[in-house]
Amino acid sequence: MTQVPFAEGLFTLGDEPQLIGTRCPECGVTTFPAQDSCPGCPSEKMEEVLLPRQGKLWTFTTQEFRPKDPYKGPEPKEGDWQAYGVGYIDLGDVVKVEGRLTESDWHKLKIGMDVELVLIPFGTDDEGNEVVNYAFAPVGAES
Amino acid sequence: MEDVAIIGVGLHPFGRFPGKLAIDMGADAIRSALHDAGLNWEDMQIAYGGSSEVRNTDAVMNRVGLTGLPFHNVSNGCATAATALSLTASAIRNGQADIGISVGMDKHAAGAFTGNPESIGLPKWYGESGYFLTTLYFAMKINRYMFEHDISPRTLAKVAAKNFRNGSINPNAFRRKPLTEDQILESPMLNYPLTQYMYCAPDEGAAAVIMCKASKAREYTDNPIYLKCSVVKTRKLGAFEVLSPSMPVERVLGPTQEASKAAYEIAGIEPKDVDIAQIQDTEAGAEVIHMAENSLCEDGEQNMLLETGATEITGSLPINTDGGLIANGEPIGASGLRQVYELVNQLRGTAGDRQVPNNPKVGYAQLYGAPGVAGVSILSR
Repeated sequence: MTQVPFAEGLFTLGDEPQLIGTRCPECGVTTFPAQDSCPGCPSEKMEEVLLPRQGKLWTFTTQEFRPKDPYKGPEPKEGDWQAYGVGYIDLGDVVKVEGRLTESDWHKLKIGMDVELVLIPFGTDDEGNEVVNYAFAPVGAES
Repeated sequence: MEDVAIIGVGLHPFGRFPGKLAIDMGADAIRSALHDAGLNWEDMQIAYGGSSEVRNTDAVMNRVGLTGLPFHNVSNGCATAATALSLTASAIRNGQADIGISVGMDKHAAGAFTGNPESIGLPKWYGESGYFLTTLYFAMKINRYMFEHDISPRTLAKVAAKNFRNGSINPNAFRRKPLTEDQILESPMLNYPLTQYMYCAPDEGAAAVIMCKASKAREYTDNPIYLKCSVVKTRKLGAFEVLSPSMPVERVLGPTQEASKAAYEIAGIEPKDVDIAQIQDTEAGAEVIHMAENSLCEDGEQNMLLETGATEITGSLPINTDGGLIANGEPIGASGLRQVYELVNQLRGTAGDRQVPNNPKVGYAQLYGAPGVAGVSILSR
């Protein structure tokens, strides 16, 4: 089965996926996702960069109820709702990125813990391909 | 430049009103403010109407009078009401009008705010992946703040319990049943560390504020309340803001802190002079953080201040005496004018069961919300 990214231009596929961001050559600001102009200065010459895979959890929460539309997560719409974790990850002092966490039990999440980018199943497309989205997993966690 | 005085305030109760249009609630709030000021709609020379759900709040004139006055519609996220207030005051200061009115009204569906991320320039996948919820941000902001400043979950419960208690003696409030700290802590977790009863709820309501040139205030009232300043600020790059897929590693001050600093400076008032405050409590953690972001306390002092009841109606710095957003809910366009309604009554000494006993002279109001915008107003008598 072919892996299909949830959205184009967000991350690379494979065993060691990376988020795709942009960096401003004028002022050095890094953004995720990629954008055409800089939020820090008037520059319109952003350069694409691959972001570090590993970082530290800067803060987190959990989503304990199913979000309303336009949410398209793989979880069932009714019953058996599985909470998901969300955090901001300080990626190697380059940029802080918001991402889902593979761990949704807040007892097991700690600010400052090491996490790394992984791809998680996010449903299937019309042709039956596995759709994947990005998330962060505690380093050393069983996948 | 002319100073500005508040000479009339009006409110339509906050809550759920099936079958009643936001426009009709707005008309009721206007009538109540006109009655308070002893004025007629024909006396209004300029108007700013704020709403998140109503595209043309000026439709309220079909109910109160099509007088031809310049009526401007305002929408500015959770600072919509502060923006309407600020623009009305500016028009009076600049001599465009002697008397003006700000009105705010909204009628939201139940449940957490969401929508189309593209409406604020974010990609579609951001909503489809489950990030487009302001509640996530508030939870992550207070979780980080608790980590940095050792704030306890019990302090969050104390904030919510206080606001429900204050709401229980406010006939205009939405949620009027007092809850214990344990009931709040044990209610379902929505976004760790925030439980169901720590959050406010979107709802319905309206409020209106009538202002005039300060030099004319005594013609209309014996107890004018002066609007010393009303400041709106947006986020800078590096602030930790709601609905941000990424942000720089280096953190800078947020819009509330920037608006607060500017407001104190313009008003010539220091934080220690504030006698009573109404601050944005989207959830209990926001009140804790905003106490410090508005310089009403130091970071980390909140555990002790809540423990000793300093922010109760009878405390040394009463906060959200009408129950705040937690008890009143948040009809976005009206929320900030509700804060002003409460402050004006407190400063006049007409707040009834909720009257703070410290003979307040300076009142402080703050709003914050998506997409990273804050409003601060300082009132005095």
